[in-house]
Amino acid sequence: MGEFLEAAFISGLMGAMMRMATPIIFATLGEILAERSGVLNLGIEGIMLMGAMTGFLVTFGTGSLWFGVLMAAIVGMILGLLMAFLSVNLGLSQHVSGLGITLFSTGLAMFIYRLYFGSPTVPPIVPPFKQVSLPLLSKIPVIGPGLFTQYTLTYLAWLLIPVMSILLYKTKMGLKIRTVGENPVVADTVGVSVILTRTLCLVVGGALMGVGGAFLTLAHQNMFLIDVIGGRGWVSIAMVIFGNWDPLKGAIGALIFGFLDGLQLRLQGLGFHISFHIFLMIPYLLTIVALIGVSRKASVPASLLKPYRREEKGG
Amino acid sequence: MATSQKPIASMSSITKRFLDVTANNDIDFNLYPGEICALLGENGAGKTTLMNILFGYYACDEGEIFIKGEKAELSAPRDAISRGVGMVRQHFALVPSQTVLENIIIGTDYGKGLFLDLKSARTKLLRLQKKFGLQVDPDARVWTLSVGEQQKVEILKALYRDVDILIMDEPTAVLAPAETVELFNTLKSMVKEGRSVVFISHKLNEVMEIADRVVVLRGGRVVAGRKTSETNIKELANLMVGRDLLERLEKKKVRPGKPVLEIENLRALNDKKLLALKGLNLVVRKNEILGMAGISGNGQRELSEALFGTRDPIGGTIKINGEAPRLGSPVSFIRLKMGRIPEDRIETGLMMDLSVEENLILENHATPEFQRFGMMNFKKIHQFSEDLIGAYSIMTAGRDAVTSSLSGGNLQKVMLARELAGRPAVVVASQPTRGLDVGAMEYIHQRILQEKERGAGVLLISEDLDEIFALSDRITVLYEGVIMGDVPVAEASREQIGLWMSGVTK
Repeated sequence: MGEFLEAAFISGLMGAMMRMATPIIFATLGEILAERSGVLNLGIEGIMLMGAMTGFLVTFGTGSLWFGVLMAAIVGMILGLLMAFLSVNLGLSQHVSGLGITLFSTGLAMFIYRLYFGSPTVPPIVPPFKQVSLPLLSKIPVIGPGLFTQYTLTYLAWLLIPVMSILLYKTKMGLKIRTVGENPVVADTVGVSVILTRTLCLVVGGALMGVGGAFLTLAHQNMFLIDVIGGRGWVSIAMVIFGNWDPLKGAIGALIFGFLDGLQLRLQGLGFHISFHIFLMIPYLLTIVALIGVSRKASVPASLLKPYRREEKGG
Repeated sequence: MATSQKPIASMSSITKRFLDVTANNDIDFNLYPGEICALLGENGAGKTTLMNILFGYYACDEGEIFIKGEKAELSAPRDAISRGVGMVRQHFALVPSQTVLENIIIGTDYGKGLFLDLKSARTKLLRLQKKFGLQVDPDARVWTLSVGEQQKVEILKALYRDVDILIMDEPTAVLAPAETVELFNTLKSMVKEGRSVVFISHKLNEVMEIADRVVVLRGGRVVAGRKTSETNIKELANLMVGRDLLERLEKKKVRPGKPVLEIENLRALNDKKLLALKGLNLVVRKNEILGMAGISGNGQRELSEALFGTRDPIGGTIKINGEAPRLGSPVSFIRLKMGRIPEDRIETGLMMDLSVEENLILENHATPEFQRFGMMNFKKIHQFSEDLIGAYSIMTAGRDAVTSSLSGGNLQKVMLARELAGRPAVVVASQPTRGLDVGAMEYIHQRILQEKERGAGVLLISEDLDEIFALSDRITVLYEGVIMGDVPVAEASREQIGLWMSGVTK
């Protein structure tokens, strides 16, 4: 058990935490954007899967990892646009639209993959992203090598956290997004387009979800498997609530999840004689426990789940 | 006066239909610079609809609008705002979780590049506040403000956009008397600058006090236009209602009996977990109506919910006929014969998607009379609901009609029929006539008086002082969760009640 305290162990755990948190951060930020504008996007799991598949396929075909990421983002945007069409333009139930997109995307991802690769006995692979050590920072003893030798996408995810905070709280667009999410009538009255704002948030949010998915097939792993997302989209929805719809707090939640995910992998490796399924459950279980504690005082965007139509009734 | 000038806004031959209702029928309306023009009319007369058209919120089916001499096509409020029209609606268009400043600048051309420029926005806001005496903290979150303060934010929001025309929809409905005086001063200083105000109201004395000119609407048409200096309350009342108003309600003298509702030291939290009822004591006796006046938001909702069993108080006792119901248990209150008429009949009182009959038996469906082993006895239920529909003359296509097809007055009749069918010992009626027209209001008032004569004790919670004075035997005022006083109606004066309502004791 002395292994727990060894520098290599801690460094490895820190590195795993950052890595495991990356897709969750992308997806959580994307979902926060959507929900702050008043739309719950349950298509997240499917959009991530489509991102993962697209990223892998494009990279496999073109050899360019970054082109794969870009295409994953674009596919995410298209699915975000579809979500906007269903839930914003048509005003359908956000639950049904989102779950529909997840079901549709899951089928579609598998379909396209099979179309391209058939059913290979050994899954095809791509050469994945390489980790980059940040100068100086990665030299910090014990935690440095783990925290600061990461994929570029991971650094990008961290950079996006303050960007999203500034967008929401310091810019004109952010005030519009928050107002649309709280009270679309107010926004409409002062000339802010509810439909346009929500569509934009879903499209950009979809791009982030797509990139989060692509991270899993281009960095975390180097192949596409149908269960590659493994509920990370749903976890991200939980992280939005955990973080009270705030980018920074949501990212902290993602980090905790990443830590537990990294820890359970290592505990498996330490040779406890318990089914690995139990370890796999740990981060998900603790997510639920954390939610019970936090969500009681959650401040949900007031118009979340409510399609907006200008009132046409007697007065 | 103003009429010799050119109008700043002119609406001609405006017609607006909603499904089968014509809300505005061929209306002509002019507004002149520097005047306060009142739009007077009963509920449903079409006042708000007409102004929603001027504000671009509704598109009119027929007619033309000219603002500042130019023909205006208004497809959304932003088109009206850009032409200098602002509107403070009855339901405030504010975001509770954001600050006053954020609420005011949203949608305006503020800031540098992508970023918000809160500093210069604040400077401009403070200047406006000083000029018009509208004191409210720019950094306060809107949900922490009183209703009166929120209204100030709305007015500031319009002034910040530099409106020439400000529409105020029933602005005094939510204000205490002192706040009303303050509001009137603000409006007067606005018109002194050459701006114009449209003041929507159905309160005659207010209209006489604040307006230069009155336009009376009835049934979607303009029935008269008068200068306030050339008319009087009586004439306006007749114009508004279209007939002479009823004489005072007949209030039979009945001697109050033993206490039927006793509340001691009741304390309850509101939805924000703040103390809303701070040790409230009151007694209602048999054959008595206790009228509780007060501005909404002073604990009325929490009190009525505690008495309906839908809110769990944190302390105190409630007794009905000497027996204590289980607090926070609606069934327990129903069993002890509490008749419950909630302030929001649509949200909490009735199930709009169910039939009239189903709503009528909601509280009784589980009694042995109407069911056996879980199977409903529809023969008896049909009889019961048809009796009630007849007794309360509920206008409906039948007991099977979906409840949402009923008008406001008939919804309230369904509400009363259900709650009074069991001959309750106590009736708690919260804002029972809010939003009803005069005819329905009269009916509800008579029913409440009948209940008292039958032997019920009635707690009437209302913002409408006319209603309170017309029905009550005793008047009390709820202010910030405590009872300010208690006085028999014969000894009560409006001034005294008004002072209590704004928290002044003496």
